[in-house]
Amino acid sequence: MKHLLSTENLAATDAIRILDTAEEMSAVGDREVKKLPALRGRTVVNLFFEDSTRTRISFEAAAKRLSADVINFAAKGSSVSKGESLKDTAQTLAAMGADAVVIRHWASGAPHRLAATDWIDAAVINAGDGTHEHPTQALLDAFTMRRHWSRLSGVASTGADLKGMRVAIAGDVLHSRVARSNVWLLKTLGAEVTLVAPPTLLPIGVEHWPCKVSYNLDETLAGGIDAMMMLRVQGERMNASFFPSTREYSRRWGFDDARLRALDELGMKETIIMHPGPMNRGLEISSAAADSPRSTVLAQVRNGVSVRMAALYLLLSGDSREAAPINTATPAFASPSSKESN
Amino acid sequence: MAENTYLIRGAAILGGEVQDLLIRDGVIAALGTDLADEGATVIEGKGLIALPGMVDVHTHLREPGREDAETVETGTRAAALGGFTAVHAMANSNPVADTAGVVEQVHSLGRASGWVDVRPVGAVTVGLAGEQLAELGAMADSRAQVRMFSDDGICVHDPVLMRRALEYVKAFDGVVAQHAQEPRLTAGAQMNEGTVSAVLGLTGWPAVAEESIIARDVLLTQHVGSRLHVCHVSTAGSVEIVRWAKARGINVTAEVTPHHLLLTDELVRSYDPVYKVNPPLRTDADVQALREGLADGTIDVVGTDHAPHPSEHKECEWAQAAMGMTGLETALSVVQETMIETGLMTWADFARVTSFTPAVIGRVADQGRPLEVGEPANVILVDPAARWTVDPHKMATMGRNSPFKGKELPGSVVATFFKGHPTVLEGRLNTPYKHPAVSSN
Repeated sequence: MKHLLSTENLAATDAIRILDTAEEMSAVGDREVKKLPALRGRTVVNLFFEDSTRTRISFEAAAKRLSADVINFAAKGSSVSKGESLKDTAQTLAAMGADAVVIRHWASGAPHRLAATDWIDAAVINAGDGTHEHPTQALLDAFTMRRHWSRLSGVASTGADLKGMRVAIAGDVLHSRVARSNVWLLKTLGAEVTLVAPPTLLPIGVEHWPCKVSYNLDETLAGGIDAMMMLRVQGERMNASFFPSTREYSRRWGFDDARLRALDELGMKETIIMHPGPMNRGLEISSAAADSPRSTVLAQVRNGVSVRMAALYLLLSGDSREAAPINTATPAFASPSSKESN
Repeated sequence: MAENTYLIRGAAILGGEVQDLLIRDGVIAALGTDLADEGATVIEGKGLIALPGMVDVHTHLREPGREDAETVETGTRAAALGGFTAVHAMANSNPVADTAGVVEQVHSLGRASGWVDVRPVGAVTVGLAGEQLAELGAMADSRAQVRMFSDDGICVHDPVLMRRALEYVKAFDGVVAQHAQEPRLTAGAQMNEGTVSAVLGLTGWPAVAEESIIARDVLLTQHVGSRLHVCHVSTAGSVEIVRWAKARGINVTAEVTPHHLLLTDELVRSYDPVYKVNPPLRTDADVQALREGLADGTIDVVGTDHAPHPSEHKECEWAQAAMGMTGLETALSVVQETMIETGLMTWADFARVTSFTPAVIGRVADQGRPLEVGEPANVILVDPAARWTVDPHKMATMGRNSPFKGKELPGSVVATFFKGHPTVLEGRLNTPYKHPAVSSN
């Protein structure tokens, strides 16, 4: 694996290897000294063409915990805002000796361009491209789900997949890179996914995706789910007639207090509520839901650092250049055994 | 040796009967077997097919304004090498070809170059802005004798303006060539809307945005009794609508590009902007419908939509990249691959869709004529058995944006005669035709 561009073509063994490595990395976060020497002397560039403080600092923390040198390159206020092309930016970073480029871009496919061209030879990690994919978000979501699912099944997380887990993803699927990356990865890991959205916010062709599609959140809840993932909805979408008003959206597709109660009434006491953040409280998710014990929002953030450490470690130690071993008790590469978890 | 005299020895005329063909002083002087050479330059035609010079109804030569992308000189060199003897230069130059002055300039540049006939297309609306009719009559009466009008690149989407344009061009036997694209349905569109765009997260360009405009325009054309040409038809639904309109006797012609006959939106998965074009590459079902439409005459002509771009406009993110592909030097080969090698068409059909009918649509005198004695000698020789690998860096066009790069294609143009003069010999550029001086007035 040279790059991490999407989950669509991520093999199950690679996905589980990343999740297993992330489990080891998370142990580092529990230590007093949260640092490994694994990527000492390596340079990771955070190349952000779109503002995203959360994702950038998550990657920054991940790279620093692995002792890499981190350069943050934000497009705003840089030569990019003066019209420098992606090609020139990439070649500049290559000349500076970047080993990995973490790229966030408003244009779908920009990370693929970096990886496919000869502009730069570094490992490319997609940190969210347009409305295409956000693979590390899906991996951290899967990591969070796997811990939950394994605990319920009474098995160890490491090596496990998500077989049998029922996941509903509700919101603006059309414009969501998070939804796309999750659909492919969850399918690969054996989960059953249902997308819930107004028909206007589903892409043409969604019927070919490996998931179910519903226009009715209540029916989906009644059918039984193990994880409810809410997607951020931008209020501006209503100006383009994707839905009539934020209130109507919230009533039909938001995870409000009534639906939170419904989980209890339906006897789904172990169902978790997820959100990739930042949340629009009161629009796609109520405060009560966001702050309930079911919510994994902060766990997702925490797990994001571990998953990104794993991705950086695996990509940068996967080539000919030697990387220092992870200094933990468990082996760095647990053989991926896909354990059944009912 | 007699100057301006060429004897093509034993070529298959339109892929049929093998004959000698004598070209003298710009016309086909004789056809037959065992013709005396009369001091002519003899060209061995064994294994070659003689066809009428191709006429492109849809070329972007970029001059004036974007001489970094293409000039009339480089674009017409590419045309000659591709087997063309006439091209229609689209109006989206800078300044826009919306006045007699600009179309006459392009026309003059074409004559000065001398590789092919350059037929300027006039803009329908001032500045392609879709608000006010350009001086269509002045362009028609100019030395450029414009008969085709198009805002290509942009749709004349205002139905009233489209109606007026269709009505107005009747005064001088003009045709409105529509770029069918409903603008509101394609705001920000990046590729065909379908299963691939859903996965790639690229804004979709739905087929209905093309089909709804074509449906409207054929009805308007019927209503006002005018003549409509539909540029670069790209969907199966569009073929159906044009077929329906023709069955009703509506005077509509349609064009398909070589790339839409061969390539699909699956290629966009690479995010390589060389595959970004407008209208976008569609699905395999669309490709098959377009081939059938071209074979059964629903689609009348092949137009290249040759659209060269400087490399920096393609070496970037998909969304930032310019739309368009080069096509002049690959058109013949792609049509051979998709229509002839598949058994859908003969070389005589090829002559119809690349020469005879395009010349009729553009009202180009002396082009698209049958290969008969006394006719102007716009003739090409094609080696159908040749196979070659596309290398954009070896092309005459300045554009390196060929979607066929690295692909092996059949058929090559061995010679091009333009007004009896060989602009291409042995597959290489020879010399341009020298137009007789026009008396200045």
